[in-house]
Amino acid sequence: MKQVYMDYNATTPVRPEVLEEMLPFFREHFGNPSSVHWAGRQVSGAVENAREQVARLINCSPAEIVFTSCGSEGDNMSLKGTVDALRDKGNHIVTTTVEHPAVLSTCQYLEKNGCEVTYLPVDEHGMIDSAQLEKAITEKTILISIMWGNNETGTLFPVEEIGAIAQKYKVRFHTDAVQAIGKIPVDVQKANVDLLVLSGHKVGGPKGVGAVYVRRGTRMTPLIHGGHQERNRRAGTHNVAAIAGLGKACELAGERIEGDYQRVRDLRDRLERGIMERIPEVKLNGHPEKRLPNTLNVSFAYIEGESLLLNFDMKGIAASSGSACTSGSLEPSHVMGAMGVEIALAHSSTRFSLGPDNTEEDVDYVLEVLPPIVERLREMSPLYKKKA
Amino acid sequence: MYSEKVMDHFSNPRNVGEIENADGVGEVGNASCGDIMKISLKIEGDVIKDIKFKTFGCGAAIATSSMVTEMAMDKTLDEALQLTNAAVADALDGLPGNKMHCSNLAADALHEAIKNYREKQG
Repeated sequence: MKQVYMDYNATTPVRPEVLEEMLPFFREHFGNPSSVHWAGRQVSGAVENAREQVARLINCSPAEIVFTSCGSEGDNMSLKGTVDALRDKGNHIVTTTVEHPAVLSTCQYLEKNGCEVTYLPVDEHGMIDSAQLEKAITEKTILISIMWGNNETGTLFPVEEIGAIAQKYKVRFHTDAVQAIGKIPVDVQKANVDLLVLSGHKVGGPKGVGAVYVRRGTRMTPLIHGGHQERNRRAGTHNVAAIAGLGKACELAGERIEGDYQRVRDLRDRLERGIMERIPEVKLNGHPEKRLPNTLNVSFAYIEGESLLLNFDMKGIAASSGSACTSGSLEPSHVMGAMGVEIALAHSSTRFSLGPDNTEEDVDYVLEVLPPIVERLREMSPLYKKKA
Repeated sequence: MYSEKVMDHFSNPRNVGEIENADGVGEVGNASCGDIMKISLKIEGDVIKDIKFKTFGCGAAIATSSMVTEMAMDKTLDEALQLTNAAVADALDGLPGNKMHCSNLAADALHEAIKNYREKQG
């Protein structure tokens, strides 16, 4: 059966060049980069090379890159480390209602431990209002944490405006850029970011590795205490193979960002247009223009997301949903809720996230398979009254 | 995560639809929990002669709806009232744990439909 993968915001396949880059570090070059001997020396260069590759992609200096195990670790490190280090300055964080759980849950944890958190609302497109951000800042505000692009809807936040506000009030700016990296240009100088989190497996690198950009001079308590790795910012023996893979993935992402993502954007737009033309009563969730080029989130009215995904899966199509059943809780997606999407439509929300391996043929296959599935599920739905 | 029987009932659901001029109709669930099940009955004497369902919900919700229509068909009303959500889940070789409480309402919908019929009978 034909298989079409349109869940690149969940994870991506490791690119062949990345795998090649990683392989020597399992057997031949197995050393610990912290060792002084030949085995250590063989690999320490690889870690530093990867650091340069990551730094180049986001326009920072290699010394400002800290390797981690994943995006969630990066977010935890940034938030908890900032709160601990800036205790004497204040205890207030400003974030949004639509952050990834790695930020939201960490904020909730910090609230239990004496922090105050303002969660900025979003409009129907999932967009924040910069004026509200500015108003939320108090003299106790130590951190603004706002993602670069939303994982569910693809909505892109005005990071440069946010960065300017952070600078004006001298508040630290952390951004979870896990979804933006490799899909659009990301420049930490332009956006005046202090802390930026990225993850390997979302950009054609391996799982189990990520990085945090920490602007020079940013005081932060480590999340993982131990040895002196990563300039004392993050202890733990380097995951050399994964770090080398992350570096290569970032290098490739930088080279291909324009070509790849123009093509992906065209495919996404073709899918979006096709769905809107072929199927009535479909609602776009997310910003119509300010959106990651690969992401399409739509609600097919009257049908529930999981049953749609199961039907897709039977046809070899991999996508994802914001329904309660797929979120693992009784509530549908918090992002849909924050955008004011009607609850039944929130359960219907379906995300297609495309990537560089998708083809026009993939899109046309989805467009062929989708309408009868939607029609069949609607016929089954007590909410659906067929229009005459 | 789902048993073969669940996937069978999900992909080929039995007795989908709505009976016109039904003798009893029952609806349970709500949009906020993501599951709505509606069952309609045709009753002759004391026996369910036809039963149909419409469901908005996940795989488990659709499969349990389909299964309960098979289990209740040609049963007397008292027999049908003995059917439980747990029995429906068992007949499907079980449901994943997190689905047991949220999407396993089909027997409740059936009972509501029978109640509706009996109320109309007065």
